[in-house]
Amino acid sequence: MYERPTTLDAALSLLAEDRWTVLAGGTDFYPALGERAPTAPVLDLSALESLRGIRREEGCWRIGALTTWSDAIAADLPPAFHALKQAAREVGSVQIQNRATVAGNICNASPAADGVPPLLVLDAAVEAASSRGRRQIPLADFILGNRVTALRPDEIVTGITVPAASAQGRSNFVKLGSRRYLVISIAMVAARIETGADNKVSCAQVSVGACSEVALRLPELEKTLIGKHLDETLAQAVEPAHFDRLSPLDDVRASAAYRREAAAELARRAIAGCLA
Amino acid sequence: MTPFKISFELNGAPVTAVADPRGRLSSMLRDDLGQTGTKVGCDAGDCGACTVLIDGEPCCACLVPAAQAQGTKITTVEGLNENGVLSRLQESFLHAGAAQCGICTPGMLIAAAALLARNAQPSRGEVAGALGGVLCRCTGYRKIVDAVVRAPGFNGSRVLAPAGAGVGASIRRLDGGPKAAGTEVFGADVMPQDAVTVRVVRSPHPHAAFSFGDLDGFAASHPGILAVFTAADIAGRNCFGVIPPYADQPVFADKTARYRGEAVAAIAGEADAMKALDLDRFPVAWDVLPPVLTPAEAQAEGAPRLHPGRAGNILIRGHVARGDLGAGFAQAAHIAEGRFTTPFIEHAYIEPEAGFARRVGERIEIHTPTQAPYMDREAMADIMALDVAQVRIVPLACGGGFGSKLDISLQPYIAMAAWHLKRPAALTYSRRESMQSTTKRHPSEITAKIGCDGTGRITAFEIDGVFNTGAYASWGPTVANRVPVHASGPYFTPNYAARSVAVHTNGPPAGAFRGFGVPQAAIAQECLYDVLAIMAGIDRLEFRLRNALTDGQATVTGQVMAKGVGITACLEALKPAWDRALGEAEAFNQNSKAAGLRRGVGIASCWYGCGNTSLPNPSTIRIGVTPHGRVVLHQGAVDIGQGANTAIAQIAADALGVPVHGLDLLGADTDLTPDGGKTSASRQTYVSGSAAKLSGEALRHKILRHANVSSAAKIVFKPGLLELVEGAATTAIDLSRLECDEFGYVFRGEETYDPPTKPLDEDGQGIPYAVYGYGAQIMVLSVDMALGTVKLERLVTAHDVGRAINPVLIEGQIEGGSAQGIGMALMENYIPGRTENLHDYLIPTFGDVPAVENIIIEVPDGEGPYGAKGLGEHVLIPTAPAILNAIHDATGAWIRDLPATPDKIHAAIKARKP
Repeated sequence: MYERPTTLDAALSLLAEDRWTVLAGGTDFYPALGERAPTAPVLDLSALESLRGIRREEGCWRIGALTTWSDAIAADLPPAFHALKQAAREVGSVQIQNRATVAGNICNASPAADGVPPLLVLDAAVEAASSRGRRQIPLADFILGNRVTALRPDEIVTGITVPAASAQGRSNFVKLGSRRYLVISIAMVAARIETGADNKVSCAQVSVGACSEVALRLPELEKTLIGKHLDETLAQAVEPAHFDRLSPLDDVRASAAYRREAAAELARRAIAGCLA
Repeated sequence: MTPFKISFELNGAPVTAVADPRGRLSSMLRDDLGQTGTKVGCDAGDCGACTVLIDGEPCCACLVPAAQAQGTKITTVEGLNENGVLSRLQESFLHAGAAQCGICTPGMLIAAAALLARNAQPSRGEVAGALGGVLCRCTGYRKIVDAVVRAPGFNGSRVLAPAGAGVGASIRRLDGGPKAAGTEVFGADVMPQDAVTVRVVRSPHPHAAFSFGDLDGFAASHPGILAVFTAADIAGRNCFGVIPPYADQPVFADKTARYRGEAVAAIAGEADAMKALDLDRFPVAWDVLPPVLTPAEAQAEGAPRLHPGRAGNILIRGHVARGDLGAGFAQAAHIAEGRFTTPFIEHAYIEPEAGFARRVGERIEIHTPTQAPYMDREAMADIMALDVAQVRIVPLACGGGFGSKLDISLQPYIAMAAWHLKRPAALTYSRRESMQSTTKRHPSEITAKIGCDGTGRITAFEIDGVFNTGAYASWGPTVANRVPVHASGPYFTPNYAARSVAVHTNGPPAGAFRGFGVPQAAIAQECLYDVLAIMAGIDRLEFRLRNALTDGQATVTGQVMAKGVGITACLEALKPAWDRALGEAEAFNQNSKAAGLRRGVGIASCWYGCGNTSLPNPSTIRIGVTPHGRVVLHQGAVDIGQGANTAIAQIAADALGVPVHGLDLLGADTDLTPDGGKTSASRQTYVSGSAAKLSGEALRHKILRHANVSSAAKIVFKPGLLELVEGAATTAIDLSRLECDEFGYVFRGEETYDPPTKPLDEDGQGIPYAVYGYGAQIMVLSVDMALGTVKLERLVTAHDVGRAINPVLIEGQIEGGSAQGIGMALMENYIPGRTENLHDYLIPTFGDVPAVENIIIEVPDGEGPYGAKGLGEHVLIPTAPAILNAIHDATGAWIRDLPATPDKIHAAIKARKP
């Protein structure tokens, strides 16, 4: 079975009736198939044009569920989204960025999803819709584990929202991998910093990906940064203890001990990168 | 499910396909629309070979549902040419030598076309960024960047070579046109009408006993499935191997599988039924057995024995000894020791194994990419209980080989199906299947100890190498033999002992991969040379020069070459670049702004013997003149991208005295071309090139004698006519009046060349090779001290090729081989069950290769054609040790367990002695 509805209502009523594998860009769907032919019913959302694009709305920014990474790169966005744009350029390759969606990256819920740390520092929320209605789920509550989300079988993600109040300040993203292109992160860090009139940090958000089952914010580090001057010395506030909540894995890409130390170094660079 | 009608514009023309809407766009283009220019390398978006434009934007066609093509405009490589003429971009690719095997070329061209449509003057960095999603394993990427940057202004020029000037000319590869046009026929590009599809059932366990359930019932309950084959169906020997005395690998495992990915059965059926088949439901029951995964486990007491007769799981030992080791170490002022380890390394050609077979009467024809058609023919005759004359091997274009396509892989499965079902049978390996089941570079554990005197001269060298040869012999014996012969490096080493052992484990068969174990050994030797140079307080290049082998000096096997030893010339050529790089690195490291980054410079050398080690290794080349005045070169030395089709033709043309572009190329095909030997051991330019030279000269001699003209006469072919021009006099021969031989030729030259080698005695003394090639490389890099990441800044190479037959092809070999060396040094690590795809198994991308400066050295060899030496494997050998030496130079940390991933470098930096 394959359906490619052109309206959201049609998509939601199909979801209400049957179980579907939902696909938009397809860039996670096909690799997961391996050598098997597709057998599951596929609900292809790619014709829901109204869900594509990033828009400023009342009190928030909305990243429509069909917004591709290339769309995000091309969008005119405030400096708080800089980290998201940097991450967008590191997702797979240009070929992937042209098809893969920001929302799909979230729904795939890989611990190494490049999109999650930049969205975490934007206080992003996921908007899920079903024929029963809509709900907003904070991103941190949406991804429950490795490849597990809070999305219900009859729901699809229609968009990601960022509160206007969080789309402030500057952000930066640093990814570490073993090669230049087409690489899965060893670790990555996003940081967003707002300052007051005295150039003191009034809001700091830092998140780390690929060092725990789900990317995490670092509240201890964030608290330390508050009130300090945003200058070259700010990154020196980063301390190993700030990363205690990470639970990195030993795997073929890197050792756990290395990931933990690298995360701290990446955090220093991400914070320093917010100077501009 | 019911296919959909999908309508879109393909390369400017409306098309409608009927296909599974959930199927991959790449499959629809190739299978349903027959547009096979778009290649499939991984089906996961990891390689970019299937890049097409959808409404102008590059996408991986393997990740796009066919239904999403509806209403779009799609451009594939077939749409890039302009009215049947190659576009400027395609011409620029050919001119630059940007296509070697050609399998990645369509994806590269499409990604480049998208870039150039937006940006007519891209920088090199912009090209790398735009093409970074396409992997290439042959070229090292530099020439692809050159081609794209130059494409907008490319004037279509081409290098031509008049008669007698073929050798030395950077002519475009003669087989390049179809590669740039996307019309080249690779293994997966032909699906004969009425063909059945074959799939292989493989062991998911490294060691398991197994039994089948109801195979007939399985076939009967699956409509469209026509046959199941197992070990019981092998008519001949269920055994193959590239070195017959050691042949041990079954086509189908019999009762016990010895490695993960080993074939146990094959299923043949109608294409649609096979596509839908879930192999997990195949009736086989596994009884998992404890595996031995390392040489230590395999040699432990009580370890299960993989093969009867191989006690301790030892396949073979190798050994070379010379001089008095104890006395040598006693003389040493400095001694360096170390232990070095390397993992399995995957060839990662972008083309997974594929092809088809068909039965023609009582003969079987096998059309697949291969590096060794005549070896395939013998193996297949043995397996199928046929006479070799009943087997025809037709090599298709090979989308990368690097040693692994020397061994047979899918050939038996398609041949058995075609033979029994009397229908053509086709099979394309998945990426995972290719990685799981085919050969790898041997993991190595090497301990070495080298001593030098106070002036830096090597006094003694001892090395022990343990090589994990996996479940089957493959080229394990070759690795065990080559390593002791080469481990000294190209240096005079008076007292020497080298021992190697190849040990079976339940890993994938380790076989041939560019260098047969020598790259692993060179890491130990070249890194310890740096340790010694530092201990002795001698510049590291100077240290190597002091020890460089010279004409008239004995090698570690006691061989004395009267001429052609080119390592000194290579090292001396690098001296200016070395001095400059050291100075720049010092300045960089003193600059406080560069805090956190350390620059380092490394150097390493190589030598490598061309052809089989002390064994016969002949090639035969045939050149014929038709009654119509065409000159046909039967070129059986398989071109796997390295350029044999071009280089051999250049040699043949000069020997005959005609322009190379006037030759008609034929082959390779075991029905049409005499045995050009295997494409391995860097032997084709030297060995087949020598045969081509002899054949060309023999043909020339026959023609001149027929016309009774002097050896100075010029030969000019015209339709039906041959003219011999001597000064003002012209003698014409009417070819149509001459009698044809059994091949249809009026004149024919056919000669065989076999390298003059001598057997090695019990201490490995003798003449293992007639010709060696030499080289050295400098790598400049910087290390991010806080993260342990490495950025390669510049590679300078000097390779002695004796005589550069085609300089652009040589540069392509150097840049591509060193890119594989970069991968080996920094990222590549094949772990069965863990890195069986191209996103967990990393090979270098556009962004991982540095700028390259090549210095081609020509120290003529006394034996090779026009002085030429082999090159293909040499180029990979120095790169990894040069990188490790540069990392040490930058950081003071030694990495001796490859790959040098950021975490290992970081840990080594932290563990440095203060």
